[in-house]
Amino acid sequence: MKAPKMTYARADSVAQALALLAEHGDGANVLAGGQSLMPTLNMRLSKPDLLIDINRLEDLAGISVEDDAVRIGALTRHAAVQRSPIVAEHLPLIAEAMPHVAHVAVRNRGTFGGSIALADPAAELPACILALGATITVESVRGRRDIAAADFFKGLFETERQPDELLIEIRIPCQRPGTVHAFMELSRRQGDFAIAGVACAAETDGETVTDAKLVYFASEDRPTLAANAVAAIAGKVWSDESRSAAMAALSEDLDPMDNLQGSAAFKLHLQRVLTGRVLDQAIERARAA
Amino acid sequence: MSDSGASSVFEGPNSHIGRSLSRASARRTVAGRGRYTDDITLPRTVHAAFVRSPYAHARILKIDTADAEAMPGVVLVMTGAELAERSTGPWIGTLSCFEGMKSAPQYAMAVDRACWQGEPVVMVVAERRALAEDACEQIVIDWEVISPTAEAETALDAGTPVLHPDLGDNLAFTKTIDRGTVDDAFASADIVLEESFSFGRHTAVSLEPRALLADYDPGTERLTIHTSNQVPHMIQAVFARTLGVPEHNVRVIAPDVGGSFGLKIHTFGDEVAATAASIELGRPVKFIADRLESFVSDIHAREHQISARIAVSKAGDIQALEIDDLAGVGAYSAYPRTSVFEANQVLNITAGPYKFENYRAKTTVVYLNKVPTSQYRSVGHPIGISVGEHMVDRAAETLGMDPVEFRRRNVMPDDAYPGVAPSGVPVNDLSHEACLEKLIGLMDYEGLLREQAALRKQGVYRGIGIAGFIKGTAPGPQGYYGSGGAPIASQDACTVKLEPSGGVICTVGVTDQGQGVDTVMGQIAATALGIPLDQIRVIEGDTDAVPYGGGTYASRATAIGGEAVYQASCDLRREILTMAGILLQSDAETLDIVGGNVVTAGSGEIRVPLSEIGRIGHFQLGELPNDYQPTLSATRRFRLTELPYIFTNGIHGAYVEVDTDTGFLRLLKHWVVEDCGRLINPNLADEQVRGGCVQGLGGALYEHCLYDENAQLLNGSMADYLTPMAAEMPDIEVAHVETPTSESELGAKGAGESGTGAAPGVVMCAVNNALRPFGAAVTAQPMTPEVVLRTLGKI
Repeated sequence: MKAPKMTYARADSVAQALALLAEHGDGANVLAGGQSLMPTLNMRLSKPDLLIDINRLEDLAGISVEDDAVRIGALTRHAAVQRSPIVAEHLPLIAEAMPHVAHVAVRNRGTFGGSIALADPAAELPACILALGATITVESVRGRRDIAAADFFKGLFETERQPDELLIEIRIPCQRPGTVHAFMELSRRQGDFAIAGVACAAETDGETVTDAKLVYFASEDRPTLAANAVAAIAGKVWSDESRSAAMAALSEDLDPMDNLQGSAAFKLHLQRVLTGRVLDQAIERARAA
Repeated sequence: MSDSGASSVFEGPNSHIGRSLSRASARRTVAGRGRYTDDITLPRTVHAAFVRSPYAHARILKIDTADAEAMPGVVLVMTGAELAERSTGPWIGTLSCFEGMKSAPQYAMAVDRACWQGEPVVMVVAERRALAEDACEQIVIDWEVISPTAEAETALDAGTPVLHPDLGDNLAFTKTIDRGTVDDAFASADIVLEESFSFGRHTAVSLEPRALLADYDPGTERLTIHTSNQVPHMIQAVFARTLGVPEHNVRVIAPDVGGSFGLKIHTFGDEVAATAASIELGRPVKFIADRLESFVSDIHAREHQISARIAVSKAGDIQALEIDDLAGVGAYSAYPRTSVFEANQVLNITAGPYKFENYRAKTTVVYLNKVPTSQYRSVGHPIGISVGEHMVDRAAETLGMDPVEFRRRNVMPDDAYPGVAPSGVPVNDLSHEACLEKLIGLMDYEGLLREQAALRKQGVYRGIGIAGFIKGTAPGPQGYYGSGGAPIASQDACTVKLEPSGGVICTVGVTDQGQGVDTVMGQIAATALGIPLDQIRVIEGDTDAVPYGGGTYASRATAIGGEAVYQASCDLRREILTMAGILLQSDAETLDIVGGNVVTAGSGEIRVPLSEIGRIGHFQLGELPNDYQPTLSATRRFRLTELPYIFTNGIHGAYVEVDTDTGFLRLLKHWVVEDCGRLINPNLADEQVRGGCVQGLGGALYEHCLYDENAQLLNGSMADYLTPMAAEMPDIEVAHVETPTSESELGAKGAGESGTGAAPGVVMCAVNNALRPFGAAVTAQPMTPEVVLRTLGKI
């Protein structure tokens, strides 16, 4: 388990990183926190010609509030997001998800942008930013562009980011009054990738969910919005009946992967259980607010 | 019996027995000062890496190594055929004590056919491991894939490929124990209950992987092997014979070992190959198994399917038990301990705590194109205990009896020894009744029942489990290995020496793998000698330095090695007192050793320090009579004489919560009461039990080597193979009942496997106790959420 031979370049500026990406494209891997990349290199599952280390690009790290949105730089470590008062105040969904992101040691090195760019289907953060309607900024020597989270995740470890583009930042709208959030996942062990999970951002009126983003992860090949489940409950007073309706409708939204973590039927069942539980909690929070 | 007055020695003010000392290596290993095999770097060391078969079964048509040989830093490329030429021949993993057993000859690396995915095929040795791996990628092998045998259920069917045509079929071994009148008992029974079980294959996942640094010196013709291993003398014998080096020219050193669990008592072809490379090159060759190759080359264990039936009377007595076991081992039987031992132990220990006469147990062990299986901590016990305790619970449930009450009625009474377990294995000095009563108090069984009932009304499903066990520890010469023809000692030995300074060197054949064997040996020697612990140094794990012994396996270190230490130390003490008597012109009987000084017995008045005995005994022998020549050293060996094993016993309790919507389990609390005889170091015994429990819980809930229909391992990495982690583990409370074994003066029995054996069974009992309101029972391990949901009919 030794990494193959490759060239290593430490970028001192974003411009330099972009120039290297422009030159090498698919042949280059960006090294940020390295928590997913290094194991794949050591297992020789990934053999880039060039490793572009962006860890010195301090400009890419940091959390700030701008125009009713929280800007999280791509190189911001998970631990910094977890500790951030800004995130706690404005993005409580992400604050709630953060302890589920791997383990302390991984969170100390792993980066927010890295998790988004990798698009592991079982990762928590892609689901959260999709639920919150975030915008992802990427840049290449061809210029900068913004991509809506809804357009970003294309499939298993596949995103809209092009090989020559570097993920710069994620902008996430601050949680508005009148909305509630809830986050739940099921993993075999604390810190494991989930088998089933859901990020929920809901607008409520009393006991009624008027609109919601329910984003499921782990069971599908990408974070997946459940439009049918939401349609089954929108505008209705939350009840055993609407819970059952949402759970039933979920099979129209999800098509779980059959893999080592379990069968498709098992995962659909778990996602249904989480649907009821996450909406129970959202209503509970709306009531308390 | 020695004349030293055993009980007073253990209980006196001088005694280190029963003291909870930290293990000697704790401070330095935590500080990063451990010295494991990979920490040792010799000048001119080169590194081995292996090309392994990507197929479970395939013929090797051609191997092209030319490109690899031309790669930078490569010093040697060796195929299986080339290694075979440098070896004395293949080995065969059979023991004569397993009647009718058969296995195919196995070469260290595949010669013309690979029989499991991961079998080593070509070795590359290079200046660095990374370069060796680079060169491995350049080796081109033409394969002809052969149909693999992947399923134990169909392994003996007509039409299933036969792994080794010379064997005729895929049957490795079959055995039936039939005691009493089983058929009559079932025919006339009040109640007969049947169940079938399956147990998933898993593996040891030691924190330190297998590791070896072989150093052949062509000048002296000596071969030194540093290896992460439990059994240095066995490795010496096996490697010497396989590679044609005289045994006395082979030195095996086991430095710090980072966990072993039975994994490191077997012969692994890649280690033999790396050693052959050192002989070929005249250079040190290092091989450290990486995590990926560990999953496909370390021994696996525990793939069993069992059907069972139990007969009970209305009054609540077990009348008969019958089990039929099918075990799927790997492509070969492991050498030299075999791959059938596990099944044999299942037959021996199932329902071991109970007094009934009619027992039939059959096993059928079949070969599969998978990684060879063999001994892993608590060999066979998790399977037999799970089956036996589940059947007992079902019987109690059917009768409407409390499971504790049922066990009270059926366990062997504490005054019934010596006796035999249902399988006929002899047992002695057990304490099932005392352990059961202690456990019930410890876990507040009545309180748990009340809490369980109250929570059930709220839709919370908690379960209480109880699982008793017997555990075979410290095998004797009537057992299997040595008497079955393997070069494995069942005795163990100790030499203690008084140095001129008054310090004592204690060399032992048993070895430490991080559990504190050296600490315990030191406690025993210091107690028998009457010296402070810091005056003694224990040396283990070096065949040049220690007397011949079996090493550490089967919970034998303290029971066998500890007794040898005790006996040798008593001998040395007697000699010291004799010499002191001469010097002091006193009767040796009036003298004692306390705190490192020879004192007047009784009063404790200091007469002469041991440093003075050491000085005179080594440097000023002229002060002694001419006809008196003290050796100031003693060697003793110890082996069992009457029993094949020192069986121990104990009982676990578990409290779990089942989320019946998700199938997820929460382990709330775990209790163990066990009887390892005289406790030398309660702290280390407790840690052994706790660590063992966690390992057992891993197998019960998480660990599973998943294979597809082509016998490809699907989850061979730490990302996909789940080991138990701290966050999910319950608090484990440990208590002891001490019934010293009659086999030795020290009275210690094995403790190292008492956690692993019963932990899976007790959790299965607890889960099924929680699921009782649903009329469902889980009988497959690991008990994953998906298994639980399927059992509940929710998916």
